[in-house]
Formats: sequence, structure tokens, C-alpha cells
Amino acid sequence: MPLYRDGGFVEDDWLFPPDDAPLPASGKVAVSKARFSAERDTLLARSEAIGVVLEAGDRLDDIAADLSRLALIAIRFPKFGDGRPYSLARLLRDRHGFRSELRATGDVLRDQIVPMLRAGFDALEPSHPGTIAALHEKRIVAVSHHYQPAAAGVSEKAPDRHPWRRISVALP
Amino acid sequence: MYRYDEFDRTFVLERIAEFRDQVQRRLSGELTEDQFKPLRLMNGVYLQLHAYMLRIAIPYGTLSSAQLRVLAQIARDHDRGYGHFTTRQNLQFNWIALKDVPEILEKLASVEMHAIQTSGNCIRNVTADHFAGAAADEIADPRPYAEMLRQWSSLHPEFTFLPRKFKVAVTGAPHDRAAIKVHDIGLQLTRDDEGRLGFVVHVGGGQGRTPMIAETIRDFLPEEDLLAYCEAILRVYNLDGRRDNKYKARIKILVHETGAAEFAAAVEAEFAALKGETAPLPPDEVARIAAYFAPPAFAAMPARSEAFDRALHDDPAFARFAARNVHPHKVPGHAIVTVSLKPVGTPPGDATAAQMEAVADIAERYSFGEIRVSHEQNLVLPHVRRDDLPAVFAALSQAELATPNAGLVTDIISCPGLDYCALATARSIPVAERLTERFADLDRQHAIGDLKIKISGCINACGHHHVGHIGILGLERNGEEFYQITLGGSGDESCAIGEIVGKGFSSAEIVDAVETVIDTYLGLRNAPQETFLTAYRRVGEAPFREALYAAAQ
Amino acid sequence: MAKRPKIFRPVAATANDLSTGAVVFRGRDGTWSPDIAAAEIAATPEAADTLLAAAQADQDADRVIEPALIEIVQAGAFVRPAALREMIRTTGPTIALPADPPPARR
Repeated sequence: MPLYRDGGFVEDDWLFPPDDAPLPASGKVAVSKARFSAERDTLLARSEAIGVVLEAGDRLDDIAADLSRLALIAIRFPKFGDGRPYSLARLLRDRHGFRSELRATGDVLRDQIVPMLRAGFDALEPSHPGTIAALHEKRIVAVSHHYQPAAAGVSEKAPDRHPWRRISVALP
Repeated sequence: MYRYDEFDRTFVLERIAEFRDQVQRRLSGELTEDQFKPLRLMNGVYLQLHAYMLRIAIPYGTLSSAQLRVLAQIARDHDRGYGHFTTRQNLQFNWIALKDVPEILEKLASVEMHAIQTSGNCIRNVTADHFAGAAADEIADPRPYAEMLRQWSSLHPEFTFLPRKFKVAVTGAPHDRAAIKVHDIGLQLTRDDEGRLGFVVHVGGGQGRTPMIAETIRDFLPEEDLLAYCEAILRVYNLDGRRDNKYKARIKILVHETGAAEFAAAVEAEFAALKGETAPLPPDEVARIAAYFAPPAFAAMPARSEAFDRALHDDPAFARFAARNVHPHKVPGHAIVTVSLKPVGTPPGDATAAQMEAVADIAERYSFGEIRVSHEQNLVLPHVRRDDLPAVFAALSQAELATPNAGLVTDIISCPGLDYCALATARSIPVAERLTERFADLDRQHAIGDLKIKISGCINACGHHHVGHIGILGLERNGEEFYQITLGGSGDESCAIGEIVGKGFSSAEIVDAVETVIDTYLGLRNAPQETFLTAYRRVGEAPFREALYAAAQ
Repeated sequence: MAKRPKIFRPVAATANDLSTGAVVFRGRDGTWSPDIAAAEIAATPEAADTLLAAAQADQDADRVIEPALIEIVQAGAFVRPAALREMIRTTGPTIALPADPPPARR
């Protein structure tokens, strides 16, 4: 799957072993929350980076204490109308201070990219060909003026003295 | 009124460019209908039976004359010369071509209007008391808060893909004209013991197939916490609301299944955490937005108007209009006027282009250029001098907008029903038209007094039948339309869900059945002052059921 | 999508035009038009399946949206939908539409 990060497509250096497959001997691995909970000590003992893949319906409470040791959280959009990952992203960024990669996977369409970035996602895994092409060609037409601050860590400027107004520094 | 600055203008123009791009991608085939549908809905474009329908946001029902004229022009240029004012204080055009929508949006933007979030599973157009800023019984003007909520909810990055649609209403008066208890969030402005402004917060009301009255989860929310608290409610709903079943996805089901106390505790916990992350409403920003809604430059007038009193005495038609369509204003010598969109035998809430222009002209001359849309599908002139009321009545009469029936039996709320709507199971408008014909006699209407009839053409209840004093629900069985009657509903501060009185009536029977209900009421009321609802609450449904079904047994 | 009824009655394919939203029927020549009289009528279940497949292919080709088969009633050369909903789709609302007087009378 193509990975879009920091304004361009990059090679994905993460491995996503299925729950029933053995962990690869080396490399950065991301596993489901269930597997992380079950094999936590083994995983955290690895010398390379660890990540967790969340489903839209997952909660953060039982991994909150380990967030600082995770280098990736990927949240899967089962369909693009499922908005729960936006709230999970806000909680990760604003409440838990998560600063590592936050990746949107699953049904990622270009029309949601701005809300995804504003909610705190900084990497996207689109599968829709039109979306991939539009990102390549920088043809995303979106709204850059906003009436709410974005998640912590998102770079936006406040255009005037009005407390909630923000303008995206750069659109994809 | 709120006025756009450069930022607001750019926001709307960018949104139009984005939607134009989405329409082009759909027409070119890059987007499938399944992908496009949620995108078009988020900008108010539905597919109805005959054509696309475009729903235009009229934030908290406030319009200027210039805006209403542009709506009239769009009706002529892109539709069939009329529009339909809705129970969410919006306007719908029924005969729109998809390819024209970007152009229509540009015309709307020229007068600071849009169609953002008039559909879809997002925070919909925020509604408010249609007498806001004018009502004599008002504690504070709800519109500045409705405007702040409008801005905050516009393309909100966290709350654009909720489990289901989300409706917020705000009122600033103890008499609830905004039906706040049948909204997802209903906010009622209030003052605490120290005189500070805040809100009573109601959550989880709604109509549809599972009608529920909202639970009060906060008796006093300080003004400065409005957005943070709404954010907390929305976040709990976004994460915990049901997504497995469309019919159980509204927040009312979550509140009901969780229990009001537990739901309130979850909101309070989220709110407590959010308070550390978000800034409270700064007083100067509240003041900046409130300044847009400062009262117009009312002239100092005596409370009594000789011109008004003379017309009352000389012209019985005016007297009738004054008795129903003129309401107390907070400023002496002024009044609020209801412009009836319910003449006999016409679709409730519809206005032609010429009528819209007539109202725009009258408002410009007599009401500081301001018009309101009521959720009861009428228009309102909020600030009229009592001296001018006879002239306003004459001008409205010219345009067939002066039917003296506000709040009476022919002031019917009706959804578009099967004549337009792809979801409807039966027609609503023809029933409304036949009822207005049956009760056309004005003496009879005035003798019956306050009575709200509300008609929905399907179980989704867009016609608010659950809160009609007499509610009518149109259904279908074996290819035939039939109509269920509910009694005793109410959408105001005495909110109640109507009860089904018995088996349904055919299209041919329904008008007679309603007349039977009304005649029964007339026969049992204590006094002419005892309204239908008061009488119903005193005697219950038995006498009505007996009158309706006795003959059949 | 319309399911095949238990007792088969003749059907036509209807949809809305993608760009205008107008109600259209699939004609015998494979084009879509507002004229139900020109609609292809499938008189057997097999013909109905073929017609629906063709209508869905037109949706996939982004010509129309929401294609469906509707039962029709034939009386000689006259064709109309059987259900009230489809009658209203075909012939318009059953109420007088609001209209301003023509400009001369205004």
C-alpha cells in the first residue's frame, strides 16, 4: 500500500505481521492491540521500534501507559463514514501527548484528508486510485480556513485575533 | 445579523471550490455514486423522486432582505419559481440539476449563504427561537450562541462523520418556541443566582421512529464553557454511539441505553479533561459576536399606537390578523408579525419567488430588512412599529401572505411527503390542503383557538407529528395510503409525545376523522379559553377514541 | 433494488439522470428518456433480469443513478406505473405547484 507522509509518498519501513503469524526476527513491527497486550513484554524487549494497529472501536485506556514506548499507531477506517478514528486521534495527540507517527489506514479518500491531518494523523495509507493520483499530482482541492484549532502538534497559523480561527500552512 | 469578513468569505468560497471538484469527479466517473452520495449530502444535495433537491442553510432562521431576494432569483433561474421553508428553518429547492449546484452555491455566497451541513451525519444547521432578539419574554438573545456553535461545528475535523445526524437548538426564552426538548442537544439560556448567564443543557431528544424527550444533564452550564461542553457531548457520542444499526444510531438511543445519569457522568468526565486542553470562550470574542446581533436603532415610541387602535376598530380583517399574527415585542411601540405561508389549499411552507420578493421589500421598509424563518414553516417580521402594522397587513394581503391563522388549525406543519420525497410512504401535502379547505372558515378557526396539527408522510417524522396536538402519520399498506392519528403531543416547554389513538384512516376518511376530534374537543371544553391541549390533558384520549371509533363498533 | 415479485407482472427500468436528476426510463433502443411510452417493457422474468442488468451497467457507466425495475400497467398503447409512488415519479406531484401569476398580470 502506498504510504503518504510529510507531503510525499515514501517507502513503508514497517512490518504488519498478522496475529496468527510469528513475529519477524528483525524490523519495525506493528501488531493489533490484542496481540500487544498479550505479548507486551516480548514486544517491548525488542531492539527495534514497536507499533500498534487500532480498530475504529478500540479504546486507549489499556495502552495509555505504554504510548510513550510506541513509535507508530495506525488506526483503521473500516469505511470512510466511520468517524471514531478522528476522536481516537484527538485523544492520542491532545490528551496522551502521543508524538510519534499516527497513521490512517483502510478507507482513506481524498475528501477526508484535511480532517484527518487536522485530527492529528500525519501519515496516510490510501488505497483509492483517484486519491493516490491526486496526492501525487497535488490536485487536492480542500478548505484551508478553519473555525477550530487542530490537534496538538499540527502546524497551522492563527490569522487574526479571533481565538478559534486557523489556516492550514500547506494543503497536501 | 452576523456579517462575513474576509476569513468567512474565503471559507465558503473554498468549500464551493471543493464541492465543484467533487461534482466534476462524479460527473466524470472518478467517484461512484456510493462514494459521492455522502459528499453531496454533506452539502445539502439529496436525490428526491423527481430531481435533486438542494437544502440551503438559514442559520437559526435569520435572513436579510438581500438574501431573500437572491433565494427568489435562484427559484426563478434554477427551479420552478418557488421554494419550501422547512421545519429546520431552512429552504429547499425541489427541482435542481446537479450540474447547476456549484453555480447556485456561488450565488448564495454572494449574500453570505451556503448549504454546508444541511444533511449528512454531521452537526446540522443550528436552530433558534424565531422571535430571538425581539420576544418580550426573552432572558437573552440566543443567536450569538447559535452563531458560535455554527462556526465551531462548520467542517469540524472530529465531528463530520458521526454515527448519525445531529441537531442543536437554542432558546433564550422560558416559553420554548424552538422545540429544544426534541433535539439532540437543546440549550436554554438562563441566569444563576448571581445573575451570570449560562445554559440548561438537554440531551437526547428527537422524533423519528423512536420519539424521545431530552434528558436534562446540566442545570447550569456557564456561558464560557459552551463549546467545551458540546465538544464533550459530541466526543462521547462519536465514540460510543451505535454504528451497527442506522435506526439506533441517534444520540437519544445512546442516552436511553446508557441511562441519563451515567451518560451525564461520561460527559462530565470528558468535559473535565477537555477543560485543560481547550480555552474557555473569551469574553471579548463573545462580545464581538454578540455585537452583530445588537438591537437595531428602534425609535422611541409610545407603547400604544393610535393608528393600530383605529385599524383594530375599523377593519375586522385587520383585527383578526392582529389577534393571531401580531406578537408582543420587547421594545415599546413595536411588534413581531407572523407572515403566514399557510393560505387555504396550498402546500404548507411554500413561497413563490414573487412572494419572497414581497416579503423582502416589506421587511426592508418596515422591519429593518430582517426576516426570520420559523420551524413552523412561516416567515416572521421581527421588528415592526405598531403604527406600521396596518400598512404591513395591507402589503402582506396583496401577496397572499396575511392569512390570520398563526397557531390555528390551518397553520399546519407538513413534510413534503410522497409528492416529492423518496423516503415517504404516503402523501402529506394533499391532506394538509384538504384540512385547510375543511376549516377555511375564519370564524370557526378562531373559535377553535390554539391547535397545532402536524403531518408526516413517513415514520421519519420530518413533519413533527409526534409533537402535534393532533399528529398525522401517513403510512402505506397493500399499495394504499392510510393515516394514523396521535393526540396530545407538544413541542414546547410542556413537551410531550402524542399517543396513537387507534387504527388508521384511509385518505378519504382522514379529514372527517380530524374534524371529529375537533368537534369532540369543542363539545367537552370547559370554556372557550380551554385550549385543545389543556382539554386533552384533562380528559385523556377516551372521549376522542370513542367519538372516532364508536360508529365502527 | 427491486426484487422480483412472486407473481410476475411486466416491468420497465427507471432511474434518475446523473447530471440533472430527471426521472428517466430505459428505452427499447437502450437510451434513457423521460417518456415512459418509449420504455422497453420486459414481459418475462428472464427479460426483466436482462433489462435490470442493462440498467445497472448504465449506472456503472455513470449515465444514470438508482436504477430499478417497476411494475407497469398496459392498456393498449397506454403505459403507466402500477404503484402510486412510481406514478408520482412519472407524472409529477399530485398537487398544484405554487406559481406566480404571469408577469403581465403582476
